[in-house]
Amino acid sequence: MDFGPHLFLALLEGTVSAFVLAVTALGLSLVFGVMRVVNVAHGEFYMLGAVLAWWLTTLLAGSPMIGFGVALIVAPLIVGAVAFAADWLILRRIDYQPEATIVATIGMLYIIQQLVLTFYGPDARPVEPPFYFRVSFPWFGYSGYKLIVVGASALLLLGVWLAMARTKFGLYMRATQQNQEMAQAFGVPVRRVYAMVFALGAMLAAAAGVLVVPIQQAHYLMGLDPLLLSFIVVIVGGLGSLRGTVVAAFIIGLSDGVISVFFSPTLAKIIATLFVAMVLVYRPSGLFGQPEEEQ
Amino acid sequence: MSSAKGKGARIVALHLAVIAALFAVQFLLPAYHHGNLARIMVFASFAVGYNLLLGYTGLLSLGHAMFFAAGMYGAGLPLYYFDVGVLQAFGLGLLASFGLALSFGLLALRASGIAFLIVTLMFAQAFFLATLYFNEITLGDQGFVLSEQARTLTLGGVVMSFADPTVKYNAALLLFSCCMLGCLALVRSPIGRVWVAIRENEPRTRMLGYDTYRYKLLALVLSGVICGAAGAGYALLFAYVGSTFASIQYSIFALLWTLLGGVGTVLGPLVGAGLMFYLVDIAGDFTSSYLLVVGVVLLLLILWYPKGLLGSLRARWLPWLP
Repeated sequence: MDFGPHLFLALLEGTVSAFVLAVTALGLSLVFGVMRVVNVAHGEFYMLGAVLAWWLTTLLAGSPMIGFGVALIVAPLIVGAVAFAADWLILRRIDYQPEATIVATIGMLYIIQQLVLTFYGPDARPVEPPFYFRVSFPWFGYSGYKLIVVGASALLLLGVWLAMARTKFGLYMRATQQNQEMAQAFGVPVRRVYAMVFALGAMLAAAAGVLVVPIQQAHYLMGLDPLLLSFIVVIVGGLGSLRGTVVAAFIIGLSDGVISVFFSPTLAKIIATLFVAMVLVYRPSGLFGQPEEEQ
Repeated sequence: MSSAKGKGARIVALHLAVIAALFAVQFLLPAYHHGNLARIMVFASFAVGYNLLLGYTGLLSLGHAMFFAAGMYGAGLPLYYFDVGVLQAFGLGLLASFGLALSFGLLALRASGIAFLIVTLMFAQAFFLATLYFNEITLGDQGFVLSEQARTLTLGGVVMSFADPTVKYNAALLLFSCCMLGCLALVRSPIGRVWVAIRENEPRTRMLGYDTYRYKLLALVLSGVICGAAGAGYALLFAYVGSTFASIQYSIFALLWTLLGGVGTVLGPLVGAGLMFYLVDIAGDFTSSYLLVVGVVLLLLILWYPKGLLGSLRARWLPWLP
């Protein structure tokens, strides 16, 4: 293949992973922005979404289309319930202290991961795409399902944006993000907002996991990579800035795709992680975030 | 004043007694536990280094596996590829972790709070990926094994091989004793007091005229070097060097051992590493998902015993415990 088509393919792959990454990272960014805590178990919610998708599609093996449709709705709901319970049982009790929360979510990471290992096993298992069709370009054919992933992710991003901008709950979230105490004083049920946001963040990760599983296979260790990439995206985009998160997801996703095709994926990751460390050291508010006011 | 002196003597006596007990145990326990205990003591040294930063200076890091691995590769690679002596290799391990900790600290300490934590995580991940990327030299996650010949030390005419269980046990004990007594001396020194002051209230410490950046850098470098010593010790004693030890999991283990034993207690890391080792060992007999124990213990600790075992003990009955 010539350089041109090769680059086109790399950009196409990059776009798909950028959209999936944007959905995953948006979940992390919401949790960080509103609750000011880092959720280390975020990648496990993504993994849980993928594994539940495998389970549901196997239950409804008759028709891949219906099975996958059900998975896309039910898996995030289950994961959201798990996250809601975790918030209620654990995070609330430690009062969302930043460092204690990190330790607690590390604990949750191991518990979810190892329970999946116990009940699902160590194998990577494929999920049938809901349909097969290929989009043929002059140089190569491309899986149509991947384009559906792009569409579905875009819809999810749009949905979150609409919810944030137009609904009462979105208003609560924005108020809590800006000033938690003031929001409470104005009657925002902050505790409930926290639990809902934690669940919503997990549901976004799970939805991304469901979308990606026909491309990637479900495996109990698949959560680590999206976790680190989401960290990178959230930091580069500016901690707590949703628009920055989406923009950064495209920059990181596309460049990761292109570097991985032309060089080594490991090298791409080394460069990205070091880049992020440097961003944090020299611009702690992120590339697109507003510098926080001095306290 | 005499009571303060008596307190100091009691503290020193307690720690020397722990070392003496560890020495005596090798004559009492069956041979099976010797290897385990040696491993626990090396991991406890790692946790002692970690605790210096988290427990006394109040900096939470998720990247200490990189210092452990730097010591490990710093000692292991020269032994594997070149004909260097054991002591030189150990020295190179210390040097490698010192260099890494210093350059890392100069950069990372510009960030604070959550940002610092994520910087440590990112640097450590880059280090881990680098050990995979240069797998022609490091042999990646497959790792390499050091020959018995490379791990033999001739000191004043006496030939000692680290493959010998007795030598291994006592070398681990020596390493742990040095780390623990060093930590004890440091936290009881004026420097240690400033670290605690930083942990409790950094702006106020700065206001009192201390250059907190330099004190934090010192804590980070010393912590890195102690972790590096543990890593180099691991390579020499257990003959294996691999990139697993640079992965996030080992940073989390250091955090877990420290939390379980008691953050900011000198003996806590030993208690934590020992308990966790046997817990995982027992759980491993029943299930392949033995890491579940790690998650459960972390959650229980953070929910009900944030001070850890020795920390709770100190709060209840032994206020003098350092």
